[in-house]
Amino acid sequence: MSDFIKSTKESNQIVIIETDGYLNNEGGEAISAICYDKMKSGQNKFLINMAATKVVNSIGVSILIEIIEKLQEVDGKIGYFNLAPIVSKTFNIMGLTKYSTVFATEDEAVSGL
Amino acid sequence: MKQPSVELKLPIIPNMELIATQTAEVIARHMHLTEDQAGEISMALIEACINAFEHSKAENNVFIHFLIEEDSLVVKVIDQGIGFDKTKVEIPKIENKIGKDERKRGWGLQLIQELMDSVEFESNSEGTTVTMKKNITK
Repeated sequence: MSDFIKSTKESNQIVIIETDGYLNNEGGEAISAICYDKMKSGQNKFLINMAATKVVNSIGVSILIEIIEKLQEVDGKIGYFNLAPIVSKTFNIMGLTKYSTVFATEDEAVSGL
Repeated sequence: MKQPSVELKLPIIPNMELIATQTAEVIARHMHLTEDQAGEISMALIEACINAFEHSKAENNVFIHFLIEEDSLVVKVIDQGIGFDKTKVEIPKIENKIGKDERKRGWGLQLIQELMDSVEFESNSEGTTVTMKKNITK
């Protein structure tokens, strides 16, 4: 597992991925590798816990757009929680919040996705 | 009195933009900027550095100048690459990217312009200087 992925777990048939560090191209690819692997076994709901990811770049976030696109093909969803304010603002500017959801907490995310 | 400045010379190596953001954070604390202001400057700086690293085809270093002014922070990102024509850069929209063949990347300039108070581009065949300004509201 990539150092960027701190943990993965499942709750209510949702895969929850906890990240750690800079969401750049490598970080984005680490998330997408898990999502695409889980999608092969039929899972289509994902949450990303970004509490330990305070810095992102647009290349890493663009990979999340690729994941959203793939999930649309299987009627799936992705959401995020514990975002730093600048990460949340970046997601807004890039339009991710039109196609996926930002939640405040894990409980809210698990019940709201 | 001359305003203080900080200058960095970054080699073109992956993730070197994080050195620039660490410097920006120290300057932001010195200037008593808010967490939001500091985050916006760092994010814009990351994108400007990545553009310089990836698109300029510069072969040597990228230079970052922080100019600490009374009521603003000015950040210049300077490369000695091939330059670019800003008028040919399309404004990205996620609606045009999702479910279509269009590449998902290409958000750098849009983010820089949204996050900073003013942005100027000077570019020719000998390089590009991006000048970004964040006004300080205390």
